[in-house]
Order: sequence, then C-alpha cells, then structure tokens
Amino acid sequence: MNRQEIVEGLKGGAIVALSSSPFAVLFGAVAVDNGLSLPEVALMSATVYAGASQLVGIELFGQHVAAWLIVLSIFAVNFRHVLYSAALTRYLTHFTLGQKLLAFFVLIDPQFAETVRRAEGGRTITLEWYLAFAATIYVPWLTFSVIGAAFGAMIGDPRIWAIDVLLPLYFLGIVVGFRRKPNFYPVVAASFIGSVLGYQFVGSPWHVSIGAAFGVLVAALMPLSPPSGAKTAKAGHS
Amino acid sequence: MNFALDPATAWLIIAAAAATYLTRIGGYVLITRMSSIPPRLEAALNAVPAAVLTTLCAPAFFNGGYDIKLAMLVALVVSLKYPGLIMLAAGWATAMLCRHAFGL
Repeated sequence: MNRQEIVEGLKGGAIVALSSSPFAVLFGAVAVDNGLSLPEVALMSATVYAGASQLVGIELFGQHVAAWLIVLSIFAVNFRHVLYSAALTRYLTHFTLGQKLLAFFVLIDPQFAETVRRAEGGRTITLEWYLAFAATIYVPWLTFSVIGAAFGAMIGDPRIWAIDVLLPLYFLGIVVGFRRKPNFYPVVAASFIGSVLGYQFVGSPWHVSIGAAFGVLVAALMPLSPPSGAKTAKAGHS
Repeated sequence: MNFALDPATAWLIIAAAAATYLTRIGGYVLITRMSSIPPRLEAALNAVPAAVLTTLCAPAFFNGGYDIKLAMLVALVVSLKYPGLIMLAAGWATAMLCRHAFGL
C-alpha cells in the first residue's frame, strides 16, 4: 500500500516537474543575467522554492532595489500560501508536528491543488504520497534552476515549443476539476474578474491576491448551503 | 561563470525564504488557534483552491494572443470529458498549430 502511494506520488509529481522545468531553466538564466551567482541560484531555488516569487525577486534584485523591499515583495507574492496552509490543515491532522512543518515547506501551487483533489476524492493524504509528489517536483526544480544558470544563454525562446502555455493549461485543468464544488461558478467568475482587473490596474503579481480575495469573499457572502456545510464540518472535526 | 556566494545576497535569499515559509505555515498557525471554524470562514476556505487557481490562468487567457486563448478554450472543452494529460496535450497542440501553421 505504501509502495502504491509512493508510485502515485511520483507519477503525479512527474507531470508537474515536466511542465515546470522550463520555468526553472528560465529562472536560472534570468537570475544569472541579473547578477546572481550559481550557488546563489541554487540557494534560492532550494530555500524559497516558489517559482513566481523567485522571478519577481530576481527582477527587483537586478534593479538594485532595497533588500527589505525585495523580501516584502516576495512575501506579498507568496501571501496566497496562508490560504493554502489554512485550507490544507484539515487533511493533514494525522501528521506529526515535524511532518507538518516539512509538508508546509514544500507547499507550492500544484502540491496544494493535487492534495485537495486527492483528499476530496476520498483518499487519505499519506506522508508517503505527499513527500513523493513533492520530491518529484523539488529535485528537478533545483536541478533545472542550476542548469539554467549554467547554460542560460543557450536556451532559446520558450514560445517556439509552446512551453509558456503549459502552466496556465495545467491550472485551468485543476479549476475545471473543481466544478462540482459548492459556489464554483460565482467564485470562479469573481476571481477571474478580480485577477484581470488587478492585472490591468495594479499589476502582476498582485492580481493573484486580489483575484483570490474576490473569489473567497464571494464564497463567504453566499447563502450557506446545508449539505456542504454539514459535510465539511464533519471533515473539519476529524 | 560566477561561483562566489556573496554573504549579503545569501542573507537576502535566506530572509526571502523565511518570509515565504511564514506564509506557508501562517494559515496552519491561525486555523489551529481557533476552537471552531465559523461556517462562513469554512465556505471561504472551501473556495480557496478554485479562487487562487483561477487567478493563475485568467490573466494568461485575458492578455494572451489568439494562440493562448484558443489553446485554453480547447483545453477547457477537452477537460470536461478527458483526464489531465489529454487536456494538456490538446491545449499544447492547439498552441503549436496556431503558432507554426497559422502564424497567430
């Protein structure tokens, strides 16, 4: 059974690793371009481990912005993870504290999405599955960041092979998978509008927090539906 | 190739990593401090996955060219019936066709 969990984790993670590796290469290349050294690139991918915020940080680093402002910007881009860890807590109650602290360290967008999908499909989230999934993304992310840093100039335009469409498509597929959840359509509509408005008028990466706030707020203000409330309340107490 | 680790840069990266980790345990710390979760907060938390993931693809659709828009529409339709990898392949193939066969 544990073996099966590990295999499923490796398989699921491999798809994510495949679609995120081009971005790791891109990050490494851009980072070196903005003045980071190879060990610094590796350190950042290994410890921050959050693609979008790493690129934002590098962008600011190249502009010689004050250090505290860089850290604050990275914090802002990553703020959505507060929501992730709040929403995931109920599925990880059987983890020890140490296992939880490790689990939250690798809590990236796809990790969150797949864990929720699996848990909502009635599966228990085992440490084996969770860490196998995480390691299958973490190791290539680190490796390809370093490769990008070393050979950055040799990488051409990711558009030629349509690599740039893979991540939006991946996230789109997961959103569609949630379509039977309560409040799905109002939440998605609100997030869509919020993130597009945020993108136009405030700029990336704030559109993520703004759009998410729109959707979450709409969900909180919708009339409460008894069946889903009863179901989730039970899950919340277990 | 530069192999030097600049202490100031390294500390900046560590600080960024600490800030990121704070966001990753923040929700856990907040939620475990509450004795019970109010139903509206519960509804809000249930909406988090769809809300956040929508924001990760909405601007790509809205601001992307016709290649991206078409690829995402095709993927959307395919995903209603087929599993993730087939959806990904359909969307990717659409984008490749748009770019290399139709010059969109």
